[in-house]
Amino acid sequence: MDRTFLLSTLWKYQKAKGFISENDILKIVKKLKISSIEVESVVSFYHFFHKKPTGKHTIYLNNSIISEIKGFNNVKIAFEKETGCSFNEYGNEEFSLFETSCIGLSDQEPAALINFHPFTDLTPKKVKLIIQKIRNGENVKDFSSKTKSKIQNTPSDDKTVIFRPYKIGNSIKAIHTNTPQQIIDKIDKSGLLGLGGAFFGVGYKWQSCKNNEDDAKYIICNADEGEPGTFKDRAILQHLPGLVIEGMILAAYATGAKEGIIYLRAEYQFFKDDLDTLIQEFYSKNLLGDNILGKKDFTFNLKIQLGAGSYVCGAASALIESLEGRRGEPPVRMWSATKHGYKRKPTVVNNVETLAYASRIIELGEDYFLTLGTKKSPGTKLISISGDVAKPGIYEIEYGTTIRDLLSIEMSQATSPYFVQVSGPSGECISPAEFDRRICMEDILCGGSFMVFNRTRDILQILRNFMEFFKEESCGVCTPCRAGNFILNEKVKKMQRGLASQEDVNEIKKWGNIIKLASRCGLGKSSPNSLIYSIDKFKEYYNLKIAPSNEFQNVEFDMEDAIHEFDCVIKDTQL
Amino acid sequence: MKNISFKIDGRNCTAEKGQNLIEAAKQNGIFIPTLCHFKHLNPLGSCRVCTVKQNGKTLAGCTINVDEGIDIEVNTPELLDTRKAILEMMFVEGNHFCPSCEKSGDCEMQNLGYETGIRYTRFPHLFVDRIVDARPERIVVNQNRCIKCKRCIEEIFTNDGYRVFNFTNRGNKTVVSVDYEQEAKLSEKQAEHAMHICPTGSILVKGKTFSKPFGDRQFDNSNSDKNISLHDIKKHKSTNKKKKRIATTSLAGCFGCHMSLLDIDLGILDIIELVEFNKSPLTDIKKFTKRCDIGLIEGGCCNTDNIEVLREFRKNCDILVSVGECAIWGGLPALRNTISLEDCLKEAYLNSITSEEGETVIPHHEDIPKILNKVYSNHEVVKIDYHIPGCPPNANHIWNVVKNILFDEEYSISYPDFKYD
Repeated sequence: MDRTFLLSTLWKYQKAKGFISENDILKIVKKLKISSIEVESVVSFYHFFHKKPTGKHTIYLNNSIISEIKGFNNVKIAFEKETGCSFNEYGNEEFSLFETSCIGLSDQEPAALINFHPFTDLTPKKVKLIIQKIRNGENVKDFSSKTKSKIQNTPSDDKTVIFRPYKIGNSIKAIHTNTPQQIIDKIDKSGLLGLGGAFFGVGYKWQSCKNNEDDAKYIICNADEGEPGTFKDRAILQHLPGLVIEGMILAAYATGAKEGIIYLRAEYQFFKDDLDTLIQEFYSKNLLGDNILGKKDFTFNLKIQLGAGSYVCGAASALIESLEGRRGEPPVRMWSATKHGYKRKPTVVNNVETLAYASRIIELGEDYFLTLGTKKSPGTKLISISGDVAKPGIYEIEYGTTIRDLLSIEMSQATSPYFVQVSGPSGECISPAEFDRRICMEDILCGGSFMVFNRTRDILQILRNFMEFFKEESCGVCTPCRAGNFILNEKVKKMQRGLASQEDVNEIKKWGNIIKLASRCGLGKSSPNSLIYSIDKFKEYYNLKIAPSNEFQNVEFDMEDAIHEFDCVIKDTQL
Repeated sequence: MKNISFKIDGRNCTAEKGQNLIEAAKQNGIFIPTLCHFKHLNPLGSCRVCTVKQNGKTLAGCTINVDEGIDIEVNTPELLDTRKAILEMMFVEGNHFCPSCEKSGDCEMQNLGYETGIRYTRFPHLFVDRIVDARPERIVVNQNRCIKCKRCIEEIFTNDGYRVFNFTNRGNKTVVSVDYEQEAKLSEKQAEHAMHICPTGSILVKGKTFSKPFGDRQFDNSNSDKNISLHDIKKHKSTNKKKKRIATTSLAGCFGCHMSLLDIDLGILDIIELVEFNKSPLTDIKKFTKRCDIGLIEGGCCNTDNIEVLREFRKNCDILVSVGECAIWGGLPALRNTISLEDCLKEAYLNSITSEEGETVIPHHEDIPKILNKVYSNHEVVKIDYHIPGCPPNANHIWNVVKNILFDEEYSISYPDFKYD
């Protein structure tokens, strides 16, 4: 049963009324001939779909760790005060307030989406002004923030790959002089790896999709950039979206696909119109559609599908599930997507940045690309730097650049950096002792998120934020990830309360490894990483957090806390 | 179909090519535990209990189709522990009160708990408030017991092909929800099928309990040697001149475990010659007079007095043993842990229909202990060295453990002696 329209239909209802009613669900159910619980299961999976009415203005405030250290709490209080509503409840007719995980604006935190229009660098004062304007009847779109990220660094001109002048159609004209196989060979030779975080060989992926004969094939651009702290895909889509589209066209040419979909995360819909306009321009210039650039039988059509708020949908297999109108649960993998992907047809799923690089490689030549970077990871990489740095933003760096360089006065100008989180919560934390490590295949890879924390930040607060995120974003199917992250989060809470012994610290490592070992998909396999790494890398810190041994053999029990509730009840109820 | 040969833990096995690993292993006499795998259903890979290794990579065994020459690790220490840990996660994530569950004794999850020898869970119980949904026509869904295996989702359809169950929400809030309209279309037989394929007691058919609720149950074997042999005790009597000392207490428990202790009948007279009881309800000694070798603790901690007594035991005993479900993780008193203390007290003392008008007082006085915000397991308060599960554990089990601690004698617990109910 074709359910591919489901997400778009749900969006239509959600936008029209601010929620999806029983009636709406029944309408869909009738059409699809499925039980209503199936539609409800999809609705309740996605963060931005609501089954209860929301106010005319729905405010999503980012609760990522970067937002937290930049003043999330005060902004949250300001929103509650000004609107008279509480967070994560449905509010009144005018306003509904929700917290949401990273919205890809880490260089401009705290940030919120109001009716999906961005408002950045928020302060309580700014919040007051915004709510006033809304109450005065102004249209939020008109005074929303400009979000284009600053390109803070590019390698010298002769070494820049992405951020150089762009002319529409410059890469895809290569189809005149290259056969599909030649395109793949070039990409393969360049050694380009998937830049969404999995670093899977792009040439290999395209080749296997090409080799799998079928009547339909698909190219999907993964623009579901959900890893907290990363915003490089947004930067590309705002600065150089043409590169991405051309990358998709090249992939289509190489593999024989006729249809493409950009799966755009819901948080980025404020620039969806710009993308649509650009796609139209491509069509009008005969760069999309039938007989592209006069090439007979080369047809490629492109559309945008909006996600609906789910981190795990950033994994290719879950993304395909989502596109097919189901819960974004990473399925049990029997086949690779290049064999049975979207609609069970051969499918290439590539990240935004990967596609941008692919088109630059074809444009500039793979040999140019190979002169840059390191042996195993040639070329450059986009890094999104945020946190305790003077210059947050996008950095195009040559592979092989050290973390120390990234933090230096010439680059991001970090102030007494202490804890650097590379590749987001699912990545690895770095202590000052490791600042000479290099960003490259030979040492440490970076998916794009690079969060810097200085000495005044509390490591457990950072880790707690990460664990809350995973607890919320687990798809819920497999036990170790669903229950395990919940349990680990409780452990972190215990440590924060000062009740942890050395045994607790050891257990975090052991339990984390069990979750990593047994989880079904990448989310659970990586969620305990930072916690586990931090224990060995920040021993000094943990030593201070561990309670000294006691006569009860190292078990801490907080009696005061345990009787506090009783005392309160007695005080409140008895005269 | 072609027959192929492959290896499990180095053992040569044969099966049909493409057969599911769980089934193939079973045919070769190797048991891979699983809770979600179900006959004809596509591999669900949701419970992860069947986690195995292939080429150093961990995979759910139920998602593997056997092929020529594959080499699977099943029972390495690491994997055995992982499997146990996943089961423990299920126990702490839900609210599994075996003594009050209709499916106890016929429950696949409980059985695997026995199989893997879970005496206590390494993880803290989460005590999330979960609903019991009695709105469906024929069935009751008890979310406290659901492990989200997906069996019912994939297996139960109405005659006209509509799904009856599905997941809703996500993350730690994921639950299996019922489509009330479709559920009403199920026949009695279909509803019972749903109940039977549920690996726990989450799905029950209204008006029908399980055909064999107590007594001779699927996972209970017949009792082998119920009584402690007197010979056993006498042997130690002759070899040990010095009497060992034991202390016992009942905290937030029902004294059932003490009753069970007394179930050794006349054997107690022989034991008394072997050991000496210090502080214990059995002797009515209120305060420790001597340091003890073992302290047996029944019940968990629900008030400040429990905490003090427990700490007293820790100070005065070399080895502390939690006896019974309440001591191990809170047990039945911990039913209140999903509800706030304020609501509990108000219901009990202020709003209940037995409260006389004007007599609505929550008892509090400096001489009576304060109620804790929740019931704590003993190992959350002090270090506990051993755990004996059961509600109550039978006398044989208790004796075996005590004997092991006092005389270093190896022991094994027979299947019928190891119980959570």
